[in-house]
Amino acid sequence: MLIDYLPILIIFLAGAGFAIFNVGISYFLGPSNPDPEKLEIYESGVKPDHDARLKFSVKFYIIAMIFIIFDIEVVFMYPWAMIFKDYLTITNSNFILFEMLVFMAILLVGYYYAWKKGALEWD
Amino acid sequence: MDIATQNLIFSVLKVALVIKVLLLGVTMVILAERRFSAFMQDRLGPNRTFYGGLGQSFADGIKLILKEDVIPTHVDKLTYMIAPIVMMTPALMTGAVIPFGPTIPIAGISLPFIGENLTPLVLQVADINVGLLYFVAIASIGVYGIVMGGWAQNNKYSLLGALRASAQMVSYELPMGLALVTVVLMSGSLSMNEIVAHQQETFWYVLNFPAFMIFLITIFAETNRLPFDLAECEQELVAGYHTEYSSMKFGMFLLAEYGNIITSSALVVTLFFGGWDIPFVDESALGLFGVILSMSVFGLKTSIFIFIFIWVRWSLPRFRYDQLMNVSWKGILPLSILTVVGTAVIMVLLKNFYH
Repeated sequence: MLIDYLPILIIFLAGAGFAIFNVGISYFLGPSNPDPEKLEIYESGVKPDHDARLKFSVKFYIIAMIFIIFDIEVVFMYPWAMIFKDYLTITNSNFILFEMLVFMAILLVGYYYAWKKGALEWD
Repeated sequence: MDIATQNLIFSVLKVALVIKVLLLGVTMVILAERRFSAFMQDRLGPNRTFYGGLGQSFADGIKLILKEDVIPTHVDKLTYMIAPIVMMTPALMTGAVIPFGPTIPIAGISLPFIGENLTPLVLQVADINVGLLYFVAIASIGVYGIVMGGWAQNNKYSLLGALRASAQMVSYELPMGLALVTVVLMSGSLSMNEIVAHQQETFWYVLNFPAFMIFLITIFAETNRLPFDLAECEQELVAGYHTEYSSMKFGMFLLAEYGNIITSSALVVTLFFGGWDIPFVDESALGLFGVILSMSVFGLKTSIFIFIFIWVRWSLPRFRYDQLMNVSWKGILPLSILTVVGTAVIMVLLKNFYH
């Protein structure tokens, strides 16, 4: 029931309120003596020479894409795992296991392909 | 008083309790970490402030609040401000679905201010039937805080730290999800209360040892602790994704990290060590004393896992980044798929054996 989720709203409001309060409080309580050097971006003592938001390695994108594919397949397993025990006891057949083994096999083929393509290499 | 108002009052009280325990727990865990690490390195650690160092974390907190709030000129202001909040809020919210004690049968008993109770008191903030999914969903919001913070600062160290942290956290989320699938397989439920109840009836799920080990390793990675703390390794990245944060904004990242350690330990206990269950003891026969005993046992088990977190951090060296990725994608991921299949096959075999 939706009313069960009311405590989550309460704990969200309490947590967010605590975080916002703490982020704001040192603005009012702390001293404020800004100077140009202090407000500079930290770079181990040398002057920062350009914007930090540069292009970064394509490997991060590949990892993100593989993650999304595999994560969706993991999400498919949750409903299967939910009914697994009930299915075994009620219908007394092992069909649900073999169905999942087929799914796993397809997943593993994709995993093998990604591995052999070098998508999982990091060097 | 009607049932909705009563539930609201109890919800607010439980939320207050959980947040207070988490925040006080964080100060104690920080102190424990500093003391234990000091003993491991043959020093004393903070032992002066208020009865052997007990006040050290509070003193540090006051110091952080009173420090200057430096906002560098080149940051993206809005994202910079939001990131600590996005980091801290989920760390407190994940505590909502952890059952920290048995249901107290107070239905029909009259209490001051509230009147006659209509429902038994469940010692869990939100007794929802998708508790496990809720935990996974909320816990992975933390990665947004890291990415937002790292990107907003316009600092090379922070950006690298945030990139590493996000790639690492998504890599280890897959094996964690599969380890949780194993738990769901054994319990047949996503509700934390039912998982605990099922472990009480049968056995602690730690008997499925591979799933437990995989889950333990992945939560070390998810909380960015050594040996997986590539996101903030001091020797390479200064302070990682929170390099440019000062005063209490930095404090929020610190609190969130330790808050995650506490809730993760509580989750391990709930999923694999029977939660508040005391083995071979019937808590419900002991009445209110049994409730207090169960809550203490839950606290004790959680403390043991927090200690393991600290112990591992100060014992093991750090992975190299390619090793970290290889361990996840080529080691733990196939192993966790194998664990799910193995658990399912064993369950089918046991069923045929018993029927």
